[in-house]
Amino acid sequence: MRREILFSGFGGQGVILASVIVGRAATVYEGLYAVQTQAYGPESRGGASKAEVVISDEPIDYPKALSPDCAVFFSQEAYDKYLRLVKEGGIAIIESDLIPHRRLDMERKLRVYALPLTEIAEKTTGLSLTMNILTVGLLTKLSNVLSEDSIEKAVLDAVPKGTETINLKALRKGFELGEKALKGSFKP
Amino acid sequence: MKYPFPVGRSDFIQGDEAIARAAILAGCRFYAGYPITPASEIFEAMALYMPLVDGVSIQMEDELASMAAIIGASWAGAKAMTATSGPGFSLMQENLGYAIMTETPVVVVDVQRGGPSTGQPTLGAQGDVMQSIWGTHGDHSLIVLTPATVQEAFDMTIRAFNLAEKYRTPVALLTDAEIAHMRERVYTPNPEDIELVYRKLPANKEEAQYPFGDIHGDMIPPMPIFGKGYRTYVTGLTHDEKGRPKTVDAEVHERLIRRIINKLEKNKEDIIAYETFDLDDAEIAIISYGTVARSAIRAVKLLREEGIKAGLLKLNTIWPFDFEMIEGIAEHVSKIYVPEMNLGQVYHLVKEGANGKAEVELIPKIGGEIHTPTDIIERVKRGV
Repeated sequence: MRREILFSGFGGQGVILASVIVGRAATVYEGLYAVQTQAYGPESRGGASKAEVVISDEPIDYPKALSPDCAVFFSQEAYDKYLRLVKEGGIAIIESDLIPHRRLDMERKLRVYALPLTEIAEKTTGLSLTMNILTVGLLTKLSNVLSEDSIEKAVLDAVPKGTETINLKALRKGFELGEKALKGSFKP
Repeated sequence: MKYPFPVGRSDFIQGDEAIARAAILAGCRFYAGYPITPASEIFEAMALYMPLVDGVSIQMEDELASMAAIIGASWAGAKAMTATSGPGFSLMQENLGYAIMTETPVVVVDVQRGGPSTGQPTLGAQGDVMQSIWGTHGDHSLIVLTPATVQEAFDMTIRAFNLAEKYRTPVALLTDAEIAHMRERVYTPNPEDIELVYRKLPANKEEAQYPFGDIHGDMIPPMPIFGKGYRTYVTGLTHDEKGRPKTVDAEVHERLIRRIINKLEKNKEDIIAYETFDLDDAEIAIISYGTVARSAIRAVKLLREEGIKAGLLKLNTIWPFDFEMIEGIAEHVSKIYVPEMNLGQVYHLVKEGANGKAEVELIPKIGGEIHTPTDIIERVKRGV
């Protein structure tokens, strides 16, 4: 079993942290192998940001994603650049407010979940920056590789002290959205 | 002893962090450095951990001084380390030679990035291979290790300290930006399960008189510690067994330099580490090291699926180099491919080792991306 997950957006959205949480849940709490890699510009905010996690039940040779089974897009630039990489039938999670220009021809081959993630996060926790954690929750439900319990523990390890409650709230909202999506009760 | 990071279990950490933790567990208690991407996280971790284990982490004015500081610390009895990247490694070369000449156990980590000069600070490369072996002037030898995963970066850091102490030599750990910033599962053993080596000390006053003499017949002199009662003279000049400068005596020079080289050459079997994958019945061999070896493993698997009998030799030590082993492989395969993130460095060593018994072809890649398995597969298939 080799699963590749891509997170992409711009600096400041927590793209890299989201990938670290997923990798940590897989390795520390599920005993799987995982490799997390990242690429970003010299700017700490605003520049393009990309992170990948490869998860497997055996040691991982080539450490990068070749064609992601699941991809998260938080910016138009990232969407334009990486959508074509996603495996046919793979999952694409799209921040619909930040990505107005869509390639529906390409999306047809994917399982697409497009939502105003930043807005939902803001409404859920009062903080738009919890959007990355919310997305991790959504992704956990949709991709069905890791358990909710492992992800919760990894979130608690990774977020700053004092922000645990708010981040768990965002994460659980993500689980809830994922649950609904799987039941087909929301339309992109 | 309480450690400032989890032990006896797995964690999900970056290569740089793994190196810092392993160094602490190997007994390193002195770190001197100058920040540089992509090695800075090693320094950050050392600055955080050292005060908590009664060690010292110090920022020096540059890499020349960092190298000098760890040599001094080692003579004062500490296991010592520095870490840098290409530009800093260039600055360390003079004092690295001093460490070789004075047989000082130290560990130098070079996290390779694209060069020359300041080049590509955030991207991986394997361009410092020849520099790590031959960067300092004069006839010499040292040990160079090449990890391919974060776990290997951890394990090889401990091994680097053990080899440095055992053979009284500098050891270079040659990693790259890819492994430095990659996070992977790393198992940190309980400290009591880690085998540690400590340098040989003089047993008595008589032995302490010969800090550079082969008094035990193993080419490794016992190393007196400053402040422990013996007077010792340490110099980069050619010196006799007692450490006294003898700069125009050809015989003394030859004896010293040959011993420094031979203490490693004659112990190649102990020092050289490698792994093989599907190599036994291979008709095509891939020889690789570091991050790229991971792409090569995948390439071998995929080539085998297509019925091409490929095999891999993954080098975990690139110096001393086992030229004879390469010749042995060359006798059994039709072709050897060497993928590296440079324009040909270990390739030349492999070619020398193959000794004309098999064709050797370089698969170079520069610019910051590691070879994809396809990069390797396509080249191999072109030759089939």
